[in-house]
Amino acid sequence: MNAWNNIFAIMKRELGGYFTSPVAYVFLVIFLLLTGFFTFTVGNFFERGEASLVSFFTWHPWLYLFLVPAAGMRLWSEERRLGTLELLLTMPITTWQAIVGKFLASWLFLILALALTFPVWLTVNWLGSPDNGVIVAGYVGSALLSGAYLAISCMTSAMTRNQVISFIVSVMICLFLILAGFTPVTDLLVRWANPAFVQTIASFSVMTHFEGFQRGVLDLRDVVFFLSVIGFALFTTGVVIRGHRAG
Amino acid sequence: MIKVEHLVKSFGPKFAVDDVSFSVERGEVLGFLGPNGAGKSTTMRIITGFYPPTSGRVTIGGFDIVDNPLPAKRLIGYLPENAPGYADMTVHGFLGFVADLRGLKGAAKKKAVHTAVETCFLEGVLYQTIDTLSKGYKHRTCLAQSIIHDPDILVLDEPTDGLDPNQKHEVRGLIKRMGENKAIVFSTHILEEVEAACTRVIIIDRGRIVASGTPQELKARSEFAGAVRFATRSAAAAALGAKLAPLAARTEVVSERDGNVVMRAYPRERGGNGAFVGSIADLARRESWQLDEIHVEEGRLDEVFRSITLPDTVKGAH
Repeated sequence: MNAWNNIFAIMKRELGGYFTSPVAYVFLVIFLLLTGFFTFTVGNFFERGEASLVSFFTWHPWLYLFLVPAAGMRLWSEERRLGTLELLLTMPITTWQAIVGKFLASWLFLILALALTFPVWLTVNWLGSPDNGVIVAGYVGSALLSGAYLAISCMTSAMTRNQVISFIVSVMICLFLILAGFTPVTDLLVRWANPAFVQTIASFSVMTHFEGFQRGVLDLRDVVFFLSVIGFALFTTGVVIRGHRAG
Repeated sequence: MIKVEHLVKSFGPKFAVDDVSFSVERGEVLGFLGPNGAGKSTTMRIITGFYPPTSGRVTIGGFDIVDNPLPAKRLIGYLPENAPGYADMTVHGFLGFVADLRGLKGAAKKKAVHTAVETCFLEGVLYQTIDTLSKGYKHRTCLAQSIIHDPDILVLDEPTDGLDPNQKHEVRGLIKRMGENKAIVFSTHILEEVEAACTRVIIIDRGRIVASGTPQELKARSEFAGAVRFATRSAAAAALGAKLAPLAARTEVVSERDGNVVMRAYPRERGGNGAFVGSIADLARRESWQLDEIHVEEGRLDEVFRSITLPDTVKGAH
């Protein structure tokens, strides 16, 4: 009776939940259409004339801003709405096993969606000879980024039984994490604020930390940043759930 | 198996459960009775480890539910109120998931799912998703998940809610059968259910235990208990009353129609062991009343329940 069996059972159910309803297919189709549209049309993939996936990865923070909360909003609010939370938490499992199981299932789903963008990678390799190391780093960064957003969605989902509220709140938090380090915003801030202050704020932004991956740099600090956002958000999820039960 | 000591649960300033203590051993079926909002579900949620208690202690098979939740939860099968289930899962998938969480694997898992499905008559809907089920089937699906690991302890919150009369009968029979070698707590507000299935009853009102005992003991607290009810055509009610006056504390006419009188006579003291009914039978013989019916009333649980749980102001109006 070890922890991983429980986590695995919850993951299996959660992933099954995505694929037995149309949610998964709608999500995958929209994600793939949008990545294609942004990469090739808005990102001028062909006109750039360089063998890289910069125009592909640049859009990910913005794409995930709406798609990840959409995938994560039901995680806990649905359990609360159906009353299955009571069932789940009276099983012989710990709360963190349930949290981790649900999070990993959804993350796996997002990673699957990301993996399905492989035609982009094939295209760029067919047309030219890109640095595949940079591309791998980009994929790793993108997966971590989606994990961070997802953990935030988990947290907001635990706060309410209303999925719409959960979605809106997590979009707002993720938007803040983007804007804090988004160049046009930081440029604006620098005019009145102390540059050190602006830099501190920016260091909380996913943009700052995602940039390195796009350039092909796997910096440990960036990895730690994303993992700690995930850890913090999941920990808060646990606190929120405990709060509901304590009344 | 279940031991509850001085349990208190408050939500803000409101006490949902206020100093509740009881214990349930193997072979006992404890009925939890009370009006809506009396604290039945809250108590059950604390016993099963969903809510932490504000104060007090719950031990399940010797394990404290707060300090040592996992071994305690392993012993319990729980049917929450309203029988929740994952809407998009099939009955089979759902039971498989619960079996996984209960640590059942391979052949044991298959057998457990099969047994639970058979016990709760779910064969016909096995591959239907839960949101397409009728209320009765949904309820039975959730009941099936609670017994899947053959637990020593069952906590059932309104197990017959939403079932049709036949299903209610089945579930009561099931509770009674399982009660022979498990410790069972179930809540209900259907009184006949308590008489049919429980070995012991607790009546809870506004968070406090207001009465407890076997169904028979509680019924004996009814004002009807020990009264003799009889029917005759031989005399008018007034004449009967006059003759009975020396024997009974008081008499009342239940009905009088077309010369057919039904009366109830209350004994002067309780627990006369049939002496009272004997004296009335003697009187009837001497007066040569033709008795169509005579029996000693057992007392009625609904009457006890009402007299205990109605607020005093309402009681005065009756």
